[in-house]
Amino acid sequence: MTAAIEVENLRCEFRVRTGLMSAEKRVIAVDDVTFSVPAGSVLGVVGESGCGKSTLARLILGLLKPTAGTVLVDGKRLFDLDRKARARLIQPVFQDPFASLNPRRRIRDIVALPLEAQGTFTRGEIARRVGGILERVGLSAAMGERMPAQLSGGQRQRAAIARALVLEPRIVICDEPTSALDVSVQAQILNLLADLRRDLGLTYLFISHNLAVVEHVASEVAVMYLGRIVERNETDALFRTPRHPYTKALLESVLTPEPGRGVPDIGLGDAMPDPSNIPPGCRFNPRCRIAVERCRHEAPAHMVRPPQGMVECHLA
Amino acid sequence: MSALLEVEELQVMFGGRTAAVRGVSFRVEKGETHCLVGESGCGKSVTALAVMNLLARGGQRSAKRMSFAGTDLTSLSDREMARLRGNRMAMIFQEPMTSLNPAFTIGSQMAEVLTRHKGASRAAALDRAAELMGRVGITAPGMRLGQFPHQLSGGLRQRVMIAMALMCDPELLIADEPTTALDVTVQAQILRLLASLKREFGLSILLITHDLGIVARVADHVSVMYAGEVVERAPTAELFRAPQHPYTRGLLSCVPVPGRAQRDKPLGSIPGIVPTIGPDFTGCAFRSRCAHANETCAREIPRRPAGEAHDYLCRLEPDWAELQPA
Amino acid sequence: MSAPIAIQAPQTSRIGTAGFAIGIAIVAIVLAAALIGNWLVPQDPFTQDLGNRLKPPFWMEGSEAGHLLGTDQLGRDYLARLVYGARISLLIGIMTVITSGLIGITLGVLGGFFGGRVDDFVLFAITTRLSIPVVLVALAVVGLMGSGLGLVVATLGLLLWDRFAVVARATTMQVRNHDYVSAAWCAGASMPHILIKEILPNIASHLAVVATLEMALAILLEAALSFLGLGVPPPLPSWGLMIAEGKDYMFFSPWVIMIPGVALAVLVLGINLVGDGLRNLLGAERLR
Repeated sequence: MTAAIEVENLRCEFRVRTGLMSAEKRVIAVDDVTFSVPAGSVLGVVGESGCGKSTLARLILGLLKPTAGTVLVDGKRLFDLDRKARARLIQPVFQDPFASLNPRRRIRDIVALPLEAQGTFTRGEIARRVGGILERVGLSAAMGERMPAQLSGGQRQRAAIARALVLEPRIVICDEPTSALDVSVQAQILNLLADLRRDLGLTYLFISHNLAVVEHVASEVAVMYLGRIVERNETDALFRTPRHPYTKALLESVLTPEPGRGVPDIGLGDAMPDPSNIPPGCRFNPRCRIAVERCRHEAPAHMVRPPQGMVECHLA
Repeated sequence: MSALLEVEELQVMFGGRTAAVRGVSFRVEKGETHCLVGESGCGKSVTALAVMNLLARGGQRSAKRMSFAGTDLTSLSDREMARLRGNRMAMIFQEPMTSLNPAFTIGSQMAEVLTRHKGASRAAALDRAAELMGRVGITAPGMRLGQFPHQLSGGLRQRVMIAMALMCDPELLIADEPTTALDVTVQAQILRLLASLKREFGLSILLITHDLGIVARVADHVSVMYAGEVVERAPTAELFRAPQHPYTRGLLSCVPVPGRAQRDKPLGSIPGIVPTIGPDFTGCAFRSRCAHANETCAREIPRRPAGEAHDYLCRLEPDWAELQPA
Repeated sequence: MSAPIAIQAPQTSRIGTAGFAIGIAIVAIVLAAALIGNWLVPQDPFTQDLGNRLKPPFWMEGSEAGHLLGTDQLGRDYLARLVYGARISLLIGIMTVITSGLIGITLGVLGGFFGGRVDDFVLFAITTRLSIPVVLVALAVVGLMGSGLGLVVATLGLLLWDRFAVVARATTMQVRNHDYVSAAWCAGASMPHILIKEILPNIASHLAVVATLEMALAILLEAALSFLGLGVPPPLPSWGLMIAEGKDYMFFSPWVIMIPGVALAVLVLGINLVGDGLRNLLGAERLR
């Protein structure tokens, strides 16, 4: 199956100065990330704060310049294209429905923006397409006339999805699209995203910290920690037999609605991941329950595990 | 047997027009964790603020009964209430980023609680602060006393909040979404911490959350709130085993459970959105989204019993099966 | 604290909203005077009547019918001059704000949005401007190039843009991080569109507050310049000029200096009240 999107050795470094007198620190937000997503499927990217998943999204979307690496969409180098061409291929759905719509513009104008920016559509075509996509996401034409403040969180997220799809892109980057929504609304939006993917043949990169949601949505899952993908596998395989100690800890932390089971002891310790201070050796070693001496000096190699998946751990 | 915190028919109105809480009743027994669970706008946070008398200007509360350890909370003056707050009843909030004053050191903020309520000396207060920080799992507590909030991560700040809440050895801890802003691995640590403190200090906890996973793992009793009312209450195991109210059932079907994902089937969902409730509203607030609503739902709704300490607010009989939509 | 803490934003107090209303009323009256005043007042502000010099206004004895606010040292009707002066003050205020606003907002938005070298340049420009003493430079320019309405507007406009720039830069830096700007970027929108349609409308309310305050400042500065003889040239009845002319008659005909002085103070007060009220409205709106 052809890959809709291929990411190769993507790297993003920042230089941060924490104070006037202190030295510059190097923050490696994304470190040599490589993966590909087959057309029509969903890759879930999970991880906690500091893991770089949001930075990864912004790199792919062109909001940040990578320090190294490249992204191919349908074989074309994404960074060689101008913004208008990129817009036709790849679009975002962001986390906060309150912040992702311009509070001073009407919904239909917001949704029409990608079409207007292309400069090749007539006003009639724009109106027609906007009407069509609004209906497709479950918003009435009347709601198109409203301002974002008059819509609920779920309706705003539908508008954001409409804006992302109005140009009929190949790939949609969903950056925590339901994390800011109520549970009942979250389910509506996830169902909508699934329907649209099937009907329009889209490919998703679905970023989330919520493992249960990712399991429901994604066909393959990549786990990120401090800028690297530490494990990747087909969803069912990853959830059934996680290989990396961090993946295991993450899965154990998920509190399923099953009473009587108490809260598990993850045993990760107190050290918080700090992208400006990446530990030597395996970056997970200060918090790893099974770390050995080798883990503190030697970074683990990228190990591909047939029939699918990879993991970066000495002990996996 | 009287409970530690008893709230009966609490009403909270804002500006005389918006009814945020409409007749909420619940009890927190000594040594137990009671969860108020619901989605945004259901009134759970407002309920907690009303109990602590921390409502914003324009909010009016009234209750048939609201008592803490036998003392009637509604009759207390502001000064008497201030003596209770932070002392015997403590509260921690959702956003660890904004809960601590960035201009003062951790130590001075924590010490202030003890010096104010118990008249302790500053040195004694700082000692206790260090001791409590150690108990909540903060490493190098002596050093932390001199640090400022921005030097700590979110998880550490939340632990500091918990330690600060425990300074005066409260009987009741009210926690409003204490782990929502934290990573999932840190969340597990904080919840374990709260459970162990409950055992160690004999603490009772009123926990407010929207996360049913937390409720299942942590709560002894649950009150499910919707649009300002408690639509169902039950012991935890009972609620998950046999939920009665259509909203509770809908909510449970919405939550994706790892290990039971069915990718080709849509997730259960509840259509529509939460309605805004004016002061003249009658009947069931959920009827606009309920598949089983009929005309009787616009009138007074009975509160039906459904088992041991389990009741719910609906016209449907207990253990109703999937009926034909009305 | 023994009082319940207000967890949410406190609503604007009664006094605050009253101030806003008063401010708007004052500005509206002055605006009306500027626009139609000289049609309503029959006298001409420039006609001299040396036989009727320094007549007192209607509330003092010795006043003359037909001159409600008396006459000045050349017999010109004071009410007519006052009303005409309102036009000058407002004109200068508005034109200066437009000029300085254009300069300051452009610099601030560009610096705030692009950061890096552009921002370094903008900050340098702002710091340079702040190190210049405005009144002295205005005096020097006008002294060298002669006085005149246009010159005053140009000078003040080129000097008073710093607050616009600072506020525009700060608010742009906040708004730039919002997801709707990122979404517009990803949608392929052009830079002008992003700056004008996405950023600007969302910082406009803050800039409106700055505009009111800068307008008040411009009006005061022009009055000061005119007082020193370096602003609007006579016989144009700028209020500053009227104050200057009135100081010679301060002891025997105090109304000559009092009337324009009070008018100036009231106008500046009104504009500031409007600015305060806008800022309050803004605060409440943001926290909702």
